[in-house]
Amino acid sequence: MTMPVESQAEPIPTPVDAASQLWLRRLSAEGAEREAAVAKLHALLLRAARFEIGRRGGRSTHLRAEDHEDLAQQSADDALLAVLAKLDDFRGESRFTTWAYKFALLEAGVKARRGAWQGREIPLEAEAWNAFADTAVSAGRGAEDAELFGALREEIESALSERQREVLVAVTLNDVPIDALAERLGSSRGALYKVLHDARRKLRAALAERGFSIATQREEEP
Amino acid sequence: MSQEAHRREPEELLARVLGPTEPELSCEQCFAELDRYVELTLAGGGADTRLPGMRAHLDGCPACAEDFRSLRDLVAAEGGPS
Repeated sequence: MTMPVESQAEPIPTPVDAASQLWLRRLSAEGAEREAAVAKLHALLLRAARFEIGRRGGRSTHLRAEDHEDLAQQSADDALLAVLAKLDDFRGESRFTTWAYKFALLEAGVKARRGAWQGREIPLEAEAWNAFADTAVSAGRGAEDAELFGALREEIESALSERQREVLVAVTLNDVPIDALAERLGSSRGALYKVLHDARRKLRAALAERGFSIATQREEEP
Repeated sequence: MSQEAHRREPEELLARVLGPTEPELSCEQCFAELDRYVELTLAGGGADTRLPGMRAHLDGCPACAEDFRSLRDLVAAEGGPS
């Protein structure tokens, strides 16, 4: 992805905190000490997975209570493998527990999003265009907005590749989780986001060329 | 077609479709830095200055933004970064 900020991230001089050092030492040990550390790590990851599935609550109506626990266990199991495989990547820039948690949250989040769309048709095109007209009309917007949304619709139809259009429409107009779309298309979140990023850049450039000012509003909460 | 899309304000719809205008991290870079960003955020330690491109990515990627909120809330619930 043309995201030229990678080199700007500061290199981090990192004194690893004592608790994190202890985690690393025990997980790198052998025998009973390592087994105990791995069990403790699994418990920590399971807590994170349950937290994620619990906070999704109402959004996971496709799941029964026992499915929630199965999902948490699977997520913790998969996260444990990921954490143990990537121990050498831990740079001590955060606490070890914060670093490990993110793997469990990712596993649980992805599984829940994909599960919610299992068996459902993913709208890739459909009547997404109506969102533009409906939005402009319902908000009582003027001719300028109607012109902008009309131009945007034209550019989505003409300037984007089929793949770019599918991903853009599904994710931004039809609220399809990118993880569910990635599973359906045999791709990954990162790869599809790159497609989306390129599509957005193309649309912004096309609209700018047509004379539209397209600074977009930033939400306060990411 | 989602009903939510019909209810969006024009500005929100434009932001979703056109995404952030600033340079942004990729999803992979975002995941690699997420733990550090969360701890800096909770500590009020200039997260956006120290990790440029993260905030723009979270604005543009709903899935990564959800992962951020989950990790932030979990770490905060456990007492925050030490």
